[in-house]
Amino acid sequence: MGFVFGGIPPVWVQGGNVKFMTGTALLFLVLGLGLIGWIFGRARASGFVRKAKGGPRGAVNSLPYYHGWFVAICAVAPALLFMVIWQSVSPSLVTNMVLSAPIAAELPQDTFARAAILSEARAIAQGFQTTAFQDMSDKLVPLYKGALSYYKWLGVAATLLLFFAGGAYAFTRLKPDFRARSKVERVIMFGLLLASLIAIITTLGIFASLIFESWRFFSMVSPFEFLFGTDWNPKSVVTPGEANGYGAIPLFWGTIFIGAIIAMIVAIPLGLMSAIFLTQYASSTVRKWMKPILEILAGVPTVVYGYFAALTVAPAVRDFAVMLGVSNAASDNALAAGIVMGVMIIPLVSSMSDDSIAAVPNAMRDGSLAMGATKSETIKQVLLPAALPGVVGGILLAVSRAIGETMIVVMAAGYTANLTANPFDTITTVTVQIVALLTGDQDFGSPHTLAAFALGLTLFVTTFFLNYAALRVVKKYREAYE
Amino acid sequence: MNNAAIDLSPTDWNGKIMQKRIASRYAAERRFKAMGFIAVALSTLFLAFLLFTMLGQGLRGFQRTEIAVEFDFPALTSGATAASVTGPNADAALNSMDIPGLVELAIGQQYAGMGDSLLTSAAAANVRQMLADDPDLVTSKHILWLPADSRLDVAFKRTGEPIAEKTVAALSERDALRTGFNWTFLTGADATDPSAVGIWAAFKGSLMTMAITLLLAFPVGVLAALYLEEYASKNRLTDLIEVSINNLAAVPSIIFGLLGLAVFLTMFGMPRSSALVGGLTLALMTMPVIVIAGRNAVKSVPPSIREAALGIGASPVQVVFHHVLPLALPGILTGTIIGMARALGETAPLLMIGMRAFIPAAPEGFTDAATALPVQIYLWSDEVNQGFVEKTSAAIIVLLIFLLGMNALAIYLRNRFETRW
Repeated sequence: MGFVFGGIPPVWVQGGNVKFMTGTALLFLVLGLGLIGWIFGRARASGFVRKAKGGPRGAVNSLPYYHGWFVAICAVAPALLFMVIWQSVSPSLVTNMVLSAPIAAELPQDTFARAAILSEARAIAQGFQTTAFQDMSDKLVPLYKGALSYYKWLGVAATLLLFFAGGAYAFTRLKPDFRARSKVERVIMFGLLLASLIAIITTLGIFASLIFESWRFFSMVSPFEFLFGTDWNPKSVVTPGEANGYGAIPLFWGTIFIGAIIAMIVAIPLGLMSAIFLTQYASSTVRKWMKPILEILAGVPTVVYGYFAALTVAPAVRDFAVMLGVSNAASDNALAAGIVMGVMIIPLVSSMSDDSIAAVPNAMRDGSLAMGATKSETIKQVLLPAALPGVVGGILLAVSRAIGETMIVVMAAGYTANLTANPFDTITTVTVQIVALLTGDQDFGSPHTLAAFALGLTLFVTTFFLNYAALRVVKKYREAYE
Repeated sequence: MNNAAIDLSPTDWNGKIMQKRIASRYAAERRFKAMGFIAVALSTLFLAFLLFTMLGQGLRGFQRTEIAVEFDFPALTSGATAASVTGPNADAALNSMDIPGLVELAIGQQYAGMGDSLLTSAAAANVRQMLADDPDLVTSKHILWLPADSRLDVAFKRTGEPIAEKTVAALSERDALRTGFNWTFLTGADATDPSAVGIWAAFKGSLMTMAITLLLAFPVGVLAALYLEEYASKNRLTDLIEVSINNLAAVPSIIFGLLGLAVFLTMFGMPRSSALVGGLTLALMTMPVIVIAGRNAVKSVPPSIREAALGIGASPVQVVFHHVLPLALPGILTGTIIGMARALGETAPLLMIGMRAFIPAAPEGFTDAATALPVQIYLWSDEVNQGFVEKTSAAIIVLLIFLLGMNALAIYLRNRFETRW
């Protein structure tokens, strides 16, 4: 046994690669054949061009390589489409074939036990697993092996058939006056549209998966308890009589306290003043050097900030609290996470303020200076009030960024839900709890796991509205000065 | 001459009140400027402090403490020859030598009474590697420098537990300790013993994840940017695409992790904690960044180029792919590198799809269980063992070097190929 756990069993590696390779090998085969189709199509079209030499201009409608592309696309596209569909259809076909065998009648009626045996037999047949833990699985393995290879070769044959049918069809259509270019360009346009649609599909995917899992959660826990309850104490194993609270108010408070209050107390003055100093006071040399340095702060990975917060800042904050006489200062206190998060946000606030101050018309600034106001008076009484909407938009974006931030709070803030305004106390946030709920043993379908999706939905909706509001404010304000 | 009757003092530049007021206004000006300076200085200081802390701790992570152990190979191995540990049977011969036993024996003879674990758990594997590299060693007596146990390592570099400190003092007296470069850290994988860990497995996992991300996000991002900027007509669908992209660029990264968990793992049944799923998840996150950068780059290509190409008979597709895209490519690449750098430092979505497992060997394929560099940093930061502190910082240094390199490349590309029209 020591050997099995010490290294990866060789059979597993082999089996895994064999399964992985067949799909990939077929893909490369089809693509390689497609290249040959391209060469053939182009060669045929080059023949047209040679023949048409000396004849009327435009006798051959499209350049030879467009003919090549036409053949390649007609051959490869249906084959690839079929491969994708076959990948998703064939597993259920295999299972049906196995179940139709007489021996399958011996399977237990219980759906769960049946599925366990079937999946084990499949894993052994594919080489993912070496030994069966259930006797029944062993009997099904040869059946599975047969069914798998039957449908695999069926799929390969059908793919190649489609490829050659498509290729042959395209090849016969090639003529000197064939409009290959417009056909190919139509495919390209379709591809471009498809690529842009992926953004919508992703957004819908996020929304649908969050809504779906949250809906399952809310069928077990009332939304009222989730949104307004103050007791957060989810357990993966529910023991009768013990409190198992899903009241998320302490998490919302913790998120706001760390992300929107402490972090902003750090980020707004430092970011705004940095922007003012760099745009209004600093010489161009200083600006040239300091702006990229500030931007490095935004480029440092959050896991590094988190480590720094937990290792260096949190102990320092606790010592400071003890010095002040706060007795119950925690080592994973809210203040350390908030301060470090604020520093991370500085470049965002700074660059947004920078943009909005730069957008204020110069006439306003010059007018103020001409009246005898000093630079700081001009900034405080003319530039900042005029740039305020832009700055506010930037701050909204910063808040949205801060409440969605995960690693700093996971590493530096605590895991205990705590409804407190004491910055030296431990406090938890929405993102910390998502991570906590989804790590460790998961049972997909228990309210314990699904709660993470409900929290995710809350986070998604909140950040969406913050971003939307920020963009609206900034846009409106830009229009005011244009 | 009634001037004396009018009180000029409030507006008299030379008057005392005016002078005082001007002085206070100038003081306010200086205070404001100082506040701005302090803000910039504080931000810079914080960055410097962070980097110095990481460097100070992390550089030690690249070093290891080694202990001199004398091996009298002819006596210990009962006359193995150089020829017996070379050739095709070398593995079997080395296995039959019971190297862990030899190491224990040698330690017992030379450092009796200094505690039972002086060497790292990987010491026997090190000896084996040395013998495999240089078979002549078995023919005579040799002093081999073997990596020390993590507690001694900590005690030798900084201050460790009292017992370990005592052992280190005793060993130092015999000149049996030295500091060497920790190659294991660059070539090894995760382990429970901090003196035996390495980042290669995590680094390879990161590379594989990034490869998938780049392969998916770059073409899709560029094509979407071209479509939106060059062809899309102003309609509801285009508006919807634009809103989606702007929204996706601002969605918290952990939400992408939830999407990956619900769709790729649960719905499609893809292998958990694999580089494939990690790459897919990060590709969805990086794609909007590339689209936005790509659109700006495409927008900056002047319309005269398009009109000239159209004028000599190019089709709209040819205009874009033969002229606009090549000219916009440097800008697109800059945006892509910045987006990839962000993806390389991303941790939260990878945690969601299970890339936080203990991975003791580098992944072989895209479907194998893998971990990534930032996730490895997170996992090590959670360890109680003191020896992991410097390893975490060392891994952070490696990560930061790569991020800095990528950003430098992006800046170089921007400066080298930026065209002012």
